[in-house]
Order: sequence, then structure tokens, then C-alpha cells
Amino acid sequence: MAAAETVLNVRDLKVRFRTLDGAVEAVKGININVNAGETVAVVGESGSGKSQTMMAAMGLLASNGEATGTVDYRGSNLLTMRKSDLNKVRGRKISMIFQEPMTSLDPLYTIGNQLVEPIRRHRGLSAAAAREEALKLLRLVHIPDPERRLKSYPHEMSGGQRQRVMIAMALANDPDILIADEPTTALDVTIQAQILVLLAELQKKLGMAIVFITHDLGIVRRFADRVYVMRSGEVVEEGEATALFANPQHPYTKMLLAAEPTGHKAPPAPDAPVLLEGRKVEVTFRIGGGFLAGDPVILRAVDDISIRLKRNQTIGIVGESGSGKSTLGRALLRLLPSDGQIRFGDNDISSADKQAMRPLRRELQLVFQDPFGSLSPRMTVGQIITEGLLVHEPALSSKERDRRAVEALKEVGLDPDTRNRYPHEFSGGQRQRIAIARAMILKPKVVVLDEPTSALDRSVQKQIVELLRKLQADHDLSYLFISHDLAVVRAMADYIIVMKQGKIVEEGPTDAIFDHPREKYTQTLMAAAIDSTRFRASA
Amino acid sequence: MLIYVFRRLLTAIPTLFVIVTLAFFLIRVAPGGPFNQERGLSPEIKANLEAQFGLNDPLWKQYLNYLNNLLHGSFGPSYNLPDFTVGELFWKGLPISIQLGASALILALILGSILGVTAALNQNKGGDYAVIAVATAGSTIPTFVIAPLIQLVFGLSWKLLPIGGWGDGALLNKIGPVLTLALPQIAIVARLMRGSMIESLRSHHIRTARALGLSDWSVVVKHALRGALLPIVSYAGPAAAALLTGSIVVETIFSIPGVGRYFVDAALNRDYTLVMGTVVVIAIFTIIFNLIVDVLYAVVDPRVRYD
Repeated sequence: MAAAETVLNVRDLKVRFRTLDGAVEAVKGININVNAGETVAVVGESGSGKSQTMMAAMGLLASNGEATGTVDYRGSNLLTMRKSDLNKVRGRKISMIFQEPMTSLDPLYTIGNQLVEPIRRHRGLSAAAAREEALKLLRLVHIPDPERRLKSYPHEMSGGQRQRVMIAMALANDPDILIADEPTTALDVTIQAQILVLLAELQKKLGMAIVFITHDLGIVRRFADRVYVMRSGEVVEEGEATALFANPQHPYTKMLLAAEPTGHKAPPAPDAPVLLEGRKVEVTFRIGGGFLAGDPVILRAVDDISIRLKRNQTIGIVGESGSGKSTLGRALLRLLPSDGQIRFGDNDISSADKQAMRPLRRELQLVFQDPFGSLSPRMTVGQIITEGLLVHEPALSSKERDRRAVEALKEVGLDPDTRNRYPHEFSGGQRQRIAIARAMILKPKVVVLDEPTSALDRSVQKQIVELLRKLQADHDLSYLFISHDLAVVRAMADYIIVMKQGKIVEEGPTDAIFDHPREKYTQTLMAAAIDSTRFRASA
Repeated sequence: MLIYVFRRLLTAIPTLFVIVTLAFFLIRVAPGGPFNQERGLSPEIKANLEAQFGLNDPLWKQYLNYLNNLLHGSFGPSYNLPDFTVGELFWKGLPISIQLGASALILALILGSILGVTAALNQNKGGDYAVIAVATAGSTIPTFVIAPLIQLVFGLSWKLLPIGGWGDGALLNKIGPVLTLALPQIAIVARLMRGSMIESLRSHHIRTARALGLSDWSVVVKHALRGALLPIVSYAGPAAAALLTGSIVVETIFSIPGVGRYFVDAALNRDYTLVMGTVVVIAIFTIIFNLIVDVLYAVVDPRVRYD
């Protein structure tokens, strides 16, 4: 491996973006080299410049970006190459797959059309020969029924299959280097594992070098030969993967390795009262139908689910996307119409209308996944978090409201002096704290947390998990914690419900579910996630 | 797809019925009638006329009569242009309006798209600013300014075009009105196209196409442009319905015998049957073009399916 030829040599690469606030330096003079056939990981959190490095190399920077330095591919500098020459390298010698499998394929053309196009362009094959080649590629990435799939459109395939097609397109011309930019981040855990295995298998078969851009140390540990750790546009540490994991030098690397949420939630007292209870809850959606349009399709998003949330308990609801876990959370808060019985404390709220729910709302709060979309950009943080008080405690004076805002911000670990700023001035983690403060200021009893950490970097996730646990202990809160991230759920919940296609597959105390999953589905879910989880705990 | 089109045509029937009913009673709410003229007719003549056209019958009877005639394909006689039936007026005027409107629309779609794509590819550079300037001017200068300007410059000063008139459809006579109709549409299409093309060029699958080393032509035309067409298609439908049914301003200024003038003239004169005829024709055009838009949508975007 050490003697292998260098295929990509990045020297003193700087990437700058012109913005309205002046130039922003995203990459500050980094050096990376990639040898033939090896796997190199570029690791860092969001904003570290890891993606922009490779975008610059591929000539894919946004129009306000410019790159200086050299990106040397077998003796020629990709940055200064004529575009027509660059187009002979990218897609042929160096190819790239992206984070967004759902949107990275052209929705308007069939898979076959899109696969054939780069093959014909780079190899000048006839249409029939290129089609044969495309079929071979689809088989290579294990797409079932490839003949039929050639005629499919991207929207007819799942995210995992689309990512397989992306990989097939990238490998169509037998490249020297495959750049994979967070190729599994947007996928469910079980699919993630499949895609990673596929990439490893293809590398063995085809021998290309892989550059993995990722924030996920699990992937790095499993697949990478060498690692570059990036932070704010600089490489802070580099080295052989095994050495780096065993003995990290830079404090940032150490912090990343320790960023796994840890800890454990003890179950509530056995005699703790049940706060929120759902019996045989069902949510159905009708799709289509109407005048002259035939019968609607009925989709049962939540199917006969019973749940009992005690005081000071955290129930983790896990499942892959589309399993109905968010819908269940919303139905229990009566934000969606549902069948079955729902009780909150002593009230039967199964059929409570908006008016009847309003006084109860302050005790039933919700925190959303997306800290960017769920805060109104036109209100100050102070206004955002005190808005609920206007509804539920209209008698409060504005001075008193302000005092409560200060208190709430302090409680979630934000500087109260920032309450007159607007959400865009805050980072993702800070915004999630604001969203939590908005819920906490009303002194709720039950909080539904819908993927509250999924949009955040690992190190920030850990802080939010710790904050949520502290708030729970301080105020005797009950959480419904919805997440697909098993590591976070393990640290948060004392009881777990595993959902699939609207039904409960398995439920039980956290340790029992993690250590002895009974159902096959739970076992696959664990197996897919456990690799990365276990080593991180030991690292 | 055929079933879908058939279903949509079926649902058009109740829609048309509601439109006809509303229009019929609304125009009757307006004070006055077709034979209240400034000079005034002698009461006997007026009574005679009203009896002849059944205007003395109770309103519900007139309504049922009108519906009955309509179902038999007759719009009835025009009250103010007594030598013609409403059907005849449309039969003569509509082809003229359609010719002008269609030419203007096609011109606008082609030129506007080219301008819009050019602007998008040169975003925030000279070419882009030039297109934006033209588009802003085109959509802010009203047709009643553009039309006389064209007449003045091309007709009076340079004597290249006739000043007005239909001239039995001579090509030169059409240029002025078509240009006048097309200019604001070119501006709108160019702006729409620029916006949707910029968005399309930023999308992830365009990044994929570039990463695969595809040619600029393929990236821009095959992948970006097709996706950017959807907003243009949805604009073109209602625009076509409006353009093809004539424009009062253009037809008046250029003395074109189209149908655009009827809508306003008829409403002012309480020419009930002509108003109703215009409403029905515009409604049918609107329904048909909306249907065409929806069908085109499915042609451009495979994700749109109607079964």
C-alpha cells in the first residue's frame, strides 16, 4: 500500500466564497493525497470544508466560489484545466456520488437513459452496446430485475436503490477515484449498511480509490485506510486509521471520538402515575379519490398502537422512515385526527376539539427535528419563546414575560442577552435550544421530541441529549422521544417501542431491547447500527 | 391518460353550467337593457322589440329558453348588431383573434424562453441585466402605448407597415398587432424562464450531470431546461386562453375585426346574448387550455400521473 502510486494530490488548496458579507474562506490551504486503490476518509462536522474540498477538485463549486492551489491528477492540475478537458476526467477517471440520493438523479429521465448517457459520452459506444453495459452495471450494484429498472424513473425507486443507481453511474467508466460525499447519511440505518458493504465489495472488484467524505466515525473506522480530520477549513490531524483511532493527537479528534452520547436513564418509580395513555390508536390517511376518481387509497399510518407514558419516563419510539413514529407522536397530542382512546391525566381527549385542547396544550409540548424551519425568521428569540405565554398566561405583564424568557434561556444554557436577536444568528444546536426553551417556558408535563437531534452534529447532539436529561430530572418531565438514531435513543430512553409500517414490532425496557432483541426486524436494525455504536463506546 | 381527459371533459359540463347561470343573472342585475338608448325609442317600438326577443317573459323562462338554445348550439341573435346572430359574429371574428393571439403566443414562448435561458446562464452578468431591463420595460409599458408607437414609427415614419386594418389577413397587417400582443408576454415568459432555469441549474441532479462530465449542451438543454419548462407550461395555458380570445386594446387601435372588442361593447350596451356568447367562448377556451396544460405536464414530468 505504501508504495502505491499517488493518483490525486491536493496541494495548498484554498476555497473562497464571495458573499454579501465579504469573502468567506471555506478551505484554508490544505494538503491531501490519495493513492491508487486505497480508501481515504475526510472527516469533520458540518462547516468544516470537507465537501467543498472535493467540490473544488471536481469543478463543482457554486458560481460565487473560487479555488486556488493545485489539485493534481496524474500530472495535470484539475483547477486550471480547460472545461472540455476536465469533462474528460470527471465521470470517467474521477467520479462522485452525493449525499442526496432522492434528488441527485434527474427526475424527468429513466434510469436507463441516465446510465447510458455517460457511457456513450466517455466511451463512444453504440446505443445498444451502452444499454448492455448499463444492464451489467445495474447487476453489479445488485439492483433486482435490471431490465425492467432501465425503464423506471427515479421516483419509482427507494432511496437505497437510487443510491445504488448513482454508484452504478459513477462506476460506469471504471474510474481511478470515487469520491463519496456522505453517501449514506440520508438513508435508513439498515440501508446504510447495505450501501457501505456494496461500496467495499465494488472496491475489491474494481480496485478504484475511494475518498469518503463523512461525519460518521463508524464508517471511517470500518472502511478507511487513512484519515484526514478537518475543522474550519483546515486539516487538524491525519494518519493511518488504526493509529489515529487508537491514539488521537489533536484535541478536536479526541472530542469527536468522545462525542457519542453516553449515559443511561433509570426507569421511573414503579408507582409513578400514567400521564399520557393511548389505547388502540389508529391514524388513517385517505389518498386520492373524489368525484369520478374512484375509491381513495387508505393508508394506515398508525395501526392499533397502545402506549402508556408515566411521569418522569422517556419512551423512545424507533423505526425507519415511514414507520409512522412521527404520526403517532402527533396523534397522541391530538394534532392529527385518530381513532382509539387517548387519555391525558384524568381527561379523555380522544375526541377533544381545538377549543377543548387549548388549555391542555401548555402541558403537552412538541419539539421538532428541523431547528432551521421551526423558528419564525421574522421574530426575535424573545418573542418566539414567549409567544406561548401570550396564549396560556395572558395576564402576565410584558416585564414578567421578559423575566420568564431570561429564565428559560438560562435554563437551556443560552445567554439571555441574546433574546433580542433573530434565529438566523444562531447555530443549529443553539436553535434547537431555543426550540426547547419555547416548550419549557410553559412548564409542560409531557414533551414529544420528534428527532430533536437528527439535524445536528454528533458533538452538539451530545450536548442536547445532556440538556434534555437535565431538564427532565429538574422538572419531572415525561418524554416521548422519536428517533431513528439508536445511539441517542439508548442514552435518552428507559423504555423502547420499535415500529414498522405503523405497527409495534417489539417493545420493552431499553437494555432488554438493545441486548436481547427478540424480533428479526429489531435485530437487523441493531446489527446495522451496532457496528458504529460499539466501537465508539470503546474508542 | 385518455380516461383522464374524458373525465376532465365530463367535469367541464357542470363547470360551464355554473358559469352560464352566474353570468346570465349577473348581467341582468345591471340596470338598463339592450334597447334603452340615449335618444330613446318610442315606447311602442321598444315594446315590440322586447316582445320579439322574449324579453318580457319572466326571467326564469328567458333563462330556460337561453339554455335550450345553447344546448342546440345557438347563441341567439345580437340585439345591437341586428343583422347578425352571435354565432355569426364569432364565426367571423374568432379566427382573426385566434390567428393574432396564437402568433403572439408562439413568438412569446420562443423568444421569451431564449432570453430567459440566456439570462439564467449569465446570472448577475451583463447579459442577465440586459434581459432583465428588457423584461421590465416590456411588462411595464402598456399596450396602448406600444401600439401607437409601432404605428407611428413603422407605419407613419418608415412606411414599412400599414397603420391599421386587417387587409384580409395580409402578413404585413398582422405584424403590428402581433408584436404589440407579444411584447408583454415575451417579458413575462423571459422572467419566468430565468427564474425557473436558475433554480433548475442549482438542483442536485444538475450537479450530478456535471460530475459525470456531460457536455454543457446536455447539462443545460437536456437536463436543466426540461425541468425548467413546467412553470412556463402552467403560465402558457391561461395566457393562451386570454390571447386567443382577442384583445380590445389591440383590436381597437389597429382596427382589427376580431372578437376582443365584443366583450366590452356588449357589456356596455347590455347586449345580453353577445355578453353570454363571449362568456361561454372564453370559458370553453379556458377549460380546454387548462386541460392541455395538465396533459403537457404529464408529458414533461413523468412523476405526474393521472390514473
